This record gives sequence, C-alpha cells and structure tokens, in this order.
Amino acid sequence: MRSQKTAVFFAVLSVLAVLGLAAARERPPWSAPLVGHPAPDFTLTLFDGGRLRLSELRGKVLVVNFWASWCTACRQESPVLEWTWQTYRASGLVLIGVNIWDSRPDALQMMEEFGKTYANGPDPQGRILQEYGVTGVPETFFIDRRGRIERKHLGPVTRELIVRLVEPLLAAAEP
Amino acid sequence: MRLVFLKSAASLVAAAALFAGVGVSAQTLDDRVRDIARQLMCPVCEGQTVAESSSELAEQMRAVIREQLEDGQRPEQIVDYFVARYGESILAAPPKRGLNLLVWIGPFAVLLGGVGLAVRTLRRWTHPPSPGAAA
Repeated sequence: MRSQKTAVFFAVLSVLAVLGLAAARERPPWSAPLVGHPAPDFTLTLFDGGRLRLSELRGKVLVVNFWASWCTACRQESPVLEWTWQTYRASGLVLIGVNIWDSRPDALQMMEEFGKTYANGPDPQGRILQEYGVTGVPETFFIDRRGRIERKHLGPVTRELIVRLVEPLLAAAEP
Repeated sequence: MRLVFLKSAASLVAAAALFAGVGVSAQTLDDRVRDIARQLMCPVCEGQTVAESSSELAEQMRAVIREQLEDGQRPEQIVDYFVARYGESILAAPPKRGLNLLVWIGPFAVLLGGVGLAVRTLRRWTHPPSPGAAA
C-alpha cells in the first residue's frame, strides 16, 4: 500500500517535471498583442523632407511596412508593395514604408532601384519599430479605417495576401 | 582670515558633494536601466536579455528604458510597455501564474524527485530486506 502511494507520488512528480521542463524549453513565439488594438500614432520624417502623421490619416486603410535595404525578403516584396500603392491608392489606401536598422544612402539607393513612390522615411532611433513591437524585417501592419490594427504579417507580402487583406478593409464603410 | 578659510572650505565641500551627487545619480540611472533590461529578452537574439545583447534593437530598447526612467516612469510601467507591444514572451522570467507556474515548479519537482529516489535507494542499500521478508 505504501509502495503504491510512493509510486503515485513519483508519477505525479515526473509529469510535473516533464511539463515544467517542456514549458521552459518551448518559449512561445513572439506574439502580436497589438492586433485588434488602436495603431500607435507616430510622426515620420520622410526621405523627401515631408512629414507624415499617422493619426491624420484616420478614415484611410493604412499599410505600414518595416524594411531595410540589406534584407533579401524586403527586396523580394518591393515590387508587390509598389503595385499595392498604384492599384489601391485611388480607393483610399495609404502605404507607408518605415526604414529601420539601415543607412540613409543604402535606403535611398534601394528606393530608386525599385522605383518606390509611396511615402517612405527612416526610424533612426527605433522608436516607431518599438511602438509596433517589430522583431525583424520585413513586417507589415494592416490598419483599418478606424485606426485599428487588423493584422500583422511577418515576412514578404505577396499579391494574393494583399488582395485578401486589403480589399475587405477598403470595402468597409468609413467611420 | 578664519572666516575666509571657513567659506573656502564650505565651498569646496559643497562642490565635492555636488560632483559626487551627479556621479551617484548617473550611476544609479545606469543601474536602473540595466535592472530593467535584465528583465527583458532581446527579440532578435538567441537567449540573450536586452542588458546582454549588443544588437541594434537591444541598444534602442535600452535608450527607450533610459528615456522612460528619466520621464519618471516606474520600472513596472516600463516592463508593461514592452509586454504590451511584444507580448509576455519578452519577459526573461515567465510570470508566476497559469501554465507558467509549471516552469517554476518543474525544476523543483525534478530536484525533490531526485532526492526522494536517492533516499529510497540509500535506505535499500543500508537496510536490505531480509530473505524471509518476501515470503
């Protein structure tokens, strides 16, 4: 009877130990707690000298893309982003590029190489990227007309993804 | 003459106190930044805290921590700021609640189990069951 109790005790301990060690080893992936919440406001000084304030664009569908010139996936998605801007700008979409962890000359060279015409500016102190909980490049945030973050996408965007995410947001009534 | 000496001495003491005070407060701010940075994992590193990492993001995060401390934010508020943006996975030590409790209990359970097993084994070695006991 006593040995049965001991066996049960050790069995429970073993289960707890295995679960505990597994939980410690498997750290959860970086989550996106901002999704579903209001997009943090920021002011971006653009490469062309202009200024853009996110809160002044309320009522538009916003796509905020964090990128760097040294990032291969950012180069891969560049034509898609320019296509997005050209295709949906008339429908009320604003695309904003935030250049991070980069040098100004390299960023400008890449913009010229890919013919980026949408709003783009650097975040040299990393304030905007921290407001958005960015962990790498590229990362893209889709913001609805009410200024709420609808989706965070890690990695390069594709035309299919843009169509699937952007069109319902554009179809939604203005607030 | 004596008054002049006293005034000079007082000025020297005041200057030294001011200098020391500036040094101490700067050191204290650095320590406070480091304390908070130790509580946060670097999001772009493998197993390093914001205090340990030399990545650009960790450097930028330390700058934000410093700014927020200078603005009078409390350490818990600063940690909450990062948790609100990066999630609880940014915490170097998981919060002691829910399933996270297993992380805290697990190692102690292993230790307790090991000690229990060792005691049991030692007892068997020192007091082996008599041959007639099994019958």
